[in-house]
Amino acid sequence: METWVLSNVVVVLLIAGALALAAFVRRNRLWSSAFAELWRRRPVAVAVVVLYVAVALLDSVSWVGGFEAGEDAVAAHEAQSVIDRLFEGTRERSYSAPLADAEFYGGAALRHPGSHVFGTDILGRDVLYLTLKGARVALLIGGITSLIAIPLALLFGVSAGYFGGRIDDVVFFLMSTLASMPGLLLLIALILAFGKSTLSVCFALGVTSWVGFCRISRGETLKLRELDYVQAARALGVSEVRILFRHILPNLAHLVIITFVLMFSGLVLSEAILSWLGIGVDGSWGQMIDRARDELSRDPVIWWNLGAAGLALFGLLLAVNFVGDALRDVLDPRTVREEL
Amino acid sequence: MLAYVLRRLAHGVVVVLGVLLFLFVLFFAVVDPDDIARRALGEKALPEVLEQWKANHGYDKPLWPWQDVRDNMLFEHFRSMLTFDFGRSDADDVRISDRLRQGFGPSLALTVPMFVMGVILGIVFSLFVAFFRDTYIDTMGVFLCVLAMSVSILLYIIGAQYLIAKLLRWFPISGFDPEPSVVARFLWLPVLVGIAQGLGSEVRFYRTVFVEESHRDYVRTARAKGAGELRIMARHVLQNAMIPILTRVVLAIPFLFTGSLLLESFFGIPGLGSLTVDAINGNDFSTLRTMVYIGSLLFILGQIATDVSYSLVDPRVRLE
Repeated sequence: METWVLSNVVVVLLIAGALALAAFVRRNRLWSSAFAELWRRRPVAVAVVVLYVAVALLDSVSWVGGFEAGEDAVAAHEAQSVIDRLFEGTRERSYSAPLADAEFYGGAALRHPGSHVFGTDILGRDVLYLTLKGARVALLIGGITSLIAIPLALLFGVSAGYFGGRIDDVVFFLMSTLASMPGLLLLIALILAFGKSTLSVCFALGVTSWVGFCRISRGETLKLRELDYVQAARALGVSEVRILFRHILPNLAHLVIITFVLMFSGLVLSEAILSWLGIGVDGSWGQMIDRARDELSRDPVIWWNLGAAGLALFGLLLAVNFVGDALRDVLDPRTVREEL
Repeated sequence: MLAYVLRRLAHGVVVVLGVLLFLFVLFFAVVDPDDIARRALGEKALPEVLEQWKANHGYDKPLWPWQDVRDNMLFEHFRSMLTFDFGRSDADDVRISDRLRQGFGPSLALTVPMFVMGVILGIVFSLFVAFFRDTYIDTMGVFLCVLAMSVSILLYIIGAQYLIAKLLRWFPISGFDPEPSVVARFLWLPVLVGIAQGLGSEVRFYRTVFVEESHRDYVRTARAKGAGELRIMARHVLQNAMIPILTRVVLAIPFLFTGSLLLESFFGIPGLGSLTVDAINGNDFSTLRTMVYIGSLLFILGQIATDVSYSLVDPRVRLE
């Protein structure tokens, strides 16, 4: 299957999943009141996050044909996303400043004067376009990594906490071994060992970031295991698997959500550092920042590449951080009690 | 106490062995030694040159003990790491231990002032914010912290180099001179960037600790006795918050030795951080795994030191 078909399928699945989740949340009083409270506290941050997700989804839906690339004949035969199509044929020859009418060096007239909000880069590509495309990469990094790290952490953490004994010893040893290695170095070592691709970057980020949540879910399971209703279920002869899925995992759901959001900003920041080391993900804001570094030493200075990528990164992380904090306050009873 | 420390040390040794095994699997089993040799010598290296290089760097033995009990890379890896005999760099044949010895001075020159000032500033600011908890000052403080945490360290570095060094010309953009009279000139900017970059999460962490502490009963008692708010903050809250603060501070100390990857590399400080970056860019696996090993060794020692230091600041903690 071609990548773009897969990407479209994933988008459809994601939207279907989100709708199903929304239907569930509406019916469930606990969750719906929590999300209403989140919206009441941080409407702007939630809206910004939704905006980034929307851009990323628009950049993930693509199809072939109906694309006039001008001189770039190859692009016309490849799948182009909605974002690609919005910026169809906006390419210039070289650098131009934001909203300029002429090229930055030489002053030749632009093909599309005044239309580049963030200017164009050295190859004449619209910087706003490149920045928007970075949203997909950032969310992809966060999403895939969480898909690797959170199930792994839940599996190890819950089984260590619930079954204890040997399993607990093994998991504890694994956690302390991984936690004792310096995070960034371990990350780099993994990527160098497994090769430089998006998937291996996400795998490495996943391996280095599951330990924290594993510790949390282990501790929480230890506590849940001793609660009366779990004891009652066990006394009634309910199977271990059913206890885990019915009584333990649903009570960890809020922690999964909090961890996912709080982990996200760290992942995107780590990717920026990896990009600077030359082992990041193609098309990320980190790469844009890294490339824009040299442009600051030009005279006159080219600042809009750095500015646009930095601003996009900052905006997403700020919104995600605020949403994460609010989620923690809303969903985690411990912090809520502290506030009272 | 002694029994506790010994048990912790034994556990630490097990973890060190785990780290070594992990590094072995990663750098010998996952990455093929042929591949390491080819990356060091280039794609077109002759087979006999590759073999010679592998023999020189100890990559030519069988991997596992069941292939050859006496002469295998697994035992050799454990032996060399545990005896701190790290061998030579894969990239340029320089002894790794020499490199480490040269590197950690400049690294400490950067990280120690950064760490000390960062901790002091973090505690002072967070005490200030926690003192005004539930007011606009607190809200603003937390907002600024989240703001500061949302900026990539790359932007801090690039921004500082551009604004402070290039436009204002207060400090050199990068460089290093070990001569004590001039070394500070080169260190100011990276130290400031390091502090600014870490301050957000630092202040937020300490603030949570202080706010949590200030809801305790003994604070109310002190207030009922008529102790002033400042005295409560400085004497009661700060002292009782020492455990979480110590955990954070002592655990961070080991990493002072391994330096800072980004700051050293951007500001041209020839410490262990830039050594690591060079190793990454040059596919120098032997240096890289040595750095990971040393980092985790220091971390494990730091953890034990943290636990021991608890009993020093909090008489309630007994180590059994």
